[in-house]
Amino acid sequence: MTRTLLAWMLLAAPAAAQTIAIEGGTVYTMEGPPIEGGTVLVRNGRIVAVGRNVPVPADAQRIDARGKIVTPGLFESSTHLGLSEVEQVDETNDFRMTDPQDQVTAALRVWDALNPQSIVLPVTRIAGVTTAVVRPAGNLIAGQGAVIDLWGDRAEELVVRAPVAMFAHFGEAADAAGGGSRAGELLRLREILEDARVYARRRAAFERGATRDFATSRLDLEALVPVVEGRLPLAIEAHRAADIRAVLRLADEFGLRLILLGGTEAWQVADELARRRVPVVLKVLQNLPATFEQLGARYDNAALLRRAGVTVALTTNDTHNARNLRQEAGNAVTYGLPWEEALRAITRAPADIWGVGDRYGSLAPGKVANVVVWSGDPLELLTRAELVLIRGQIVPLRSRQTELRDRYRTLDPNARPYRP
Amino acid sequence: MLRRSLALAALALVACAPARPAARPAGNPASAGAAAPLPNPDPYPSTYRPRPAPPTLLRGGTILTAAGRVIPEGDLLMVDGKIAYVGSRTDNLPPNTQIVDVRGKYVTPGLIDTHSHLGVYPSPGVAAHSDGNEATDPNTAEVWAEHSVWPQDPGFAAALAGGVTTLQILPGSANLFGGRSVVLKNVPARTVQEMKFPGAPYGLKMACGENPKRVYGSRGRAPSTRMGNFAGYRTAWIRAQEYKRRWEEWERQGRPADRIPSRDLELETLAGVLRGDILVHNHCYRADEMAFVLDMAREFGYKVRSFHHAVEAYKIRDLLARDSVSGSMWADWWGFKMEALDATNANIALVHSAGARAIVHSDDPGGIQRLNQEAAKALAAGREMGLTISDDEALRWITANPAWALGILDKTGTLEVGKMADVVVWSRHPFSVYALAEKVYVDGALLYDRADPSRQPRSDFEVGTRDWRKP
Repeated sequence: MTRTLLAWMLLAAPAAAQTIAIEGGTVYTMEGPPIEGGTVLVRNGRIVAVGRNVPVPADAQRIDARGKIVTPGLFESSTHLGLSEVEQVDETNDFRMTDPQDQVTAALRVWDALNPQSIVLPVTRIAGVTTAVVRPAGNLIAGQGAVIDLWGDRAEELVVRAPVAMFAHFGEAADAAGGGSRAGELLRLREILEDARVYARRRAAFERGATRDFATSRLDLEALVPVVEGRLPLAIEAHRAADIRAVLRLADEFGLRLILLGGTEAWQVADELARRRVPVVLKVLQNLPATFEQLGARYDNAALLRRAGVTVALTTNDTHNARNLRQEAGNAVTYGLPWEEALRAITRAPADIWGVGDRYGSLAPGKVANVVVWSGDPLELLTRAELVLIRGQIVPLRSRQTELRDRYRTLDPNARPYRP
Repeated sequence: MLRRSLALAALALVACAPARPAARPAGNPASAGAAAPLPNPDPYPSTYRPRPAPPTLLRGGTILTAAGRVIPEGDLLMVDGKIAYVGSRTDNLPPNTQIVDVRGKYVTPGLIDTHSHLGVYPSPGVAAHSDGNEATDPNTAEVWAEHSVWPQDPGFAAALAGGVTTLQILPGSANLFGGRSVVLKNVPARTVQEMKFPGAPYGLKMACGENPKRVYGSRGRAPSTRMGNFAGYRTAWIRAQEYKRRWEEWERQGRPADRIPSRDLELETLAGVLRGDILVHNHCYRADEMAFVLDMAREFGYKVRSFHHAVEAYKIRDLLARDSVSGSMWADWWGFKMEALDATNANIALVHSAGARAIVHSDDPGGIQRLNQEAAKALAAGREMGLTISDDEALRWITANPAWALGILDKTGTLEVGKMADVVVWSRHPFSVYALAEKVYVDGALLYDRADPSRQPRSDFEVGTRDWRKP
């Protein structure tokens, strides 16, 4: 109770005044070898020093992390956190925009709907996930996603970078947009990307009504201009090896920067992905031929891709259980990925893939102080996050779930309903 | 201890029930005045046969029995498909015993899942494979899941590689009464009968809450509310009582061949529940609904064996303990629907701590492959809130307790002498994320060996679709 109160007081205190020293833990900086008995010094929301002999200022709040493991906050790469409260209660979902007309909603910016008071955010952040890519879904081109930190009062405070990518689907997920054929999907994608190119050159003519008709709306074309100019990555979901190759050809044709999502059979295309430096964001825990485009599913997808030199980030591809990101990473290790590579795939690799590697993903001076102290190996199931810092502030380890748990510690009808 | 012996007594009742015989072969012409046969209670009998295997000794592993004993550097002997010895080192071995060195490894009972849809919702998940919900009427107690199971679902072999040796296949939750379940041994097979767990009682799938009322309410028919759900259950139970009474009356009269009551498959299953032959597995999330189901069970004189999903079981854990009802739960699934909102990942640990039987179930072809990991997460949540739970107790959530829920605890679910030799050898402690099932024995036969690709079953579906794709 005192600890919780303390945390709230800290929250209320001005961030600028806060200095925190996490001392004595084994620090995985993701910048080099781990530091035994290291100190992570945090001030004003940033990391100011990391090392073995860091002088700790007198005003610092000192946290004893001896025997613990210290890592960067975990980074989930594909989720609807803050955009979905109850999956099957439609009115609580804001990550999808129905567009039966052309199934292109490129202009959709999901962070406009971001709800910092979502009950899912505390459940996730107390498990050590501090940062996430919140993405749209559905349609052929779904819209734009953002990187957010999982704590703050107002949506604009949570947003770290937006947009970080244009999201799209290829294959079974976009079947309807292609009139039932993958070839149709490609036809539509080419048509729209070509129109975005033309639109970019001929905006003035478009405004005068002096262009031909375009295949999608002005807002969608505007949103796609940075994609066809190679400034904004296209994060596209594809699974079948042949589909991944089709997407690679499309990227060549239009000069797109690609991030591959899903990539169930990416291991079969590993060399090509490595050569083109296309990163892959994948879920480890899928090994069944769930669909005909996932016949090649296997647990060592991540390990095989890394061995070929592909940059890999891991994802739960989940919202309510994005907290299980470290279980994905642990299983990646079980199926062949070296331990530090797995930790990198949920910290530094996603920060780099999503273009925020200058501020996120590692413990180094100048970086945003998203830090977690773990009771043991962070990838182990019996380990828990004992301290979570987001932007240098201590996160109260409370969620609706812990509160319900504590409310029902007793079944006494005279006590329980009156508990907070 | 008292609770355990009561449970075993109850178990004995249900376990012998399916053996209730047809009095005479059905083919005999029954003349008036002679006793007519009862309907055959087992028309699709198990043809499962344990694979032949030499006596096998697992030597030197840490044995987690799920029966209260943990034996460091122990020996476990399997003879003729049964566990013949569990304890410290023994040299009292039958001739030709194969000795397998498992020093540094962990040995547990084969894992058991009370809630799987493998075979009825197989991979690949195309519409043509959707065989789990007969969503054409809210009461389809007449359907049997075994008639939908596709033995070539690749998920079975994947679950075996995760240490699962026994699983219950349930119909889906669209209906108030979804139909009969079937309990399977997880062995590669051509037919479902070759997988059926010998002597396991049937289960009946029931469902509370959102699913039935959504499926039928959206079609403008009953049930469209939770009160409609209960009206549907009770109406059916009243009919089942009458059906049971009619057949009992006929038996009392000496089963006259000229007055055989007409058979009704739906009511036959429900009457089986009222007789205690068929175990009720009730999909139910909310505490208030579970409490009503318990009262309804008393109203009609049956028992609920397990509440499935039971996301709010922690709120009524005392009622579950009182009525000896188990909870088949997830470690952490939540939030996907309104009735799954009040979740806490301490649910399983809280139910356990109240003295009720806690079970980790999967309801998922992925989750069934790592029940050990899901149990570890539930254990971590319990310890985090200060509950004292031993590893052996948490192991029971995926072994002994699901065996009890399926009415087969006398046959499997713990490592005790005389039980089926359903045994897993793990590379390390099974609650580690890095643990892999290395060897899986079913009735003493090695059916999965991670070190030997020729001892790793694959389904027919995988031939030519998956195995040419080598890295």
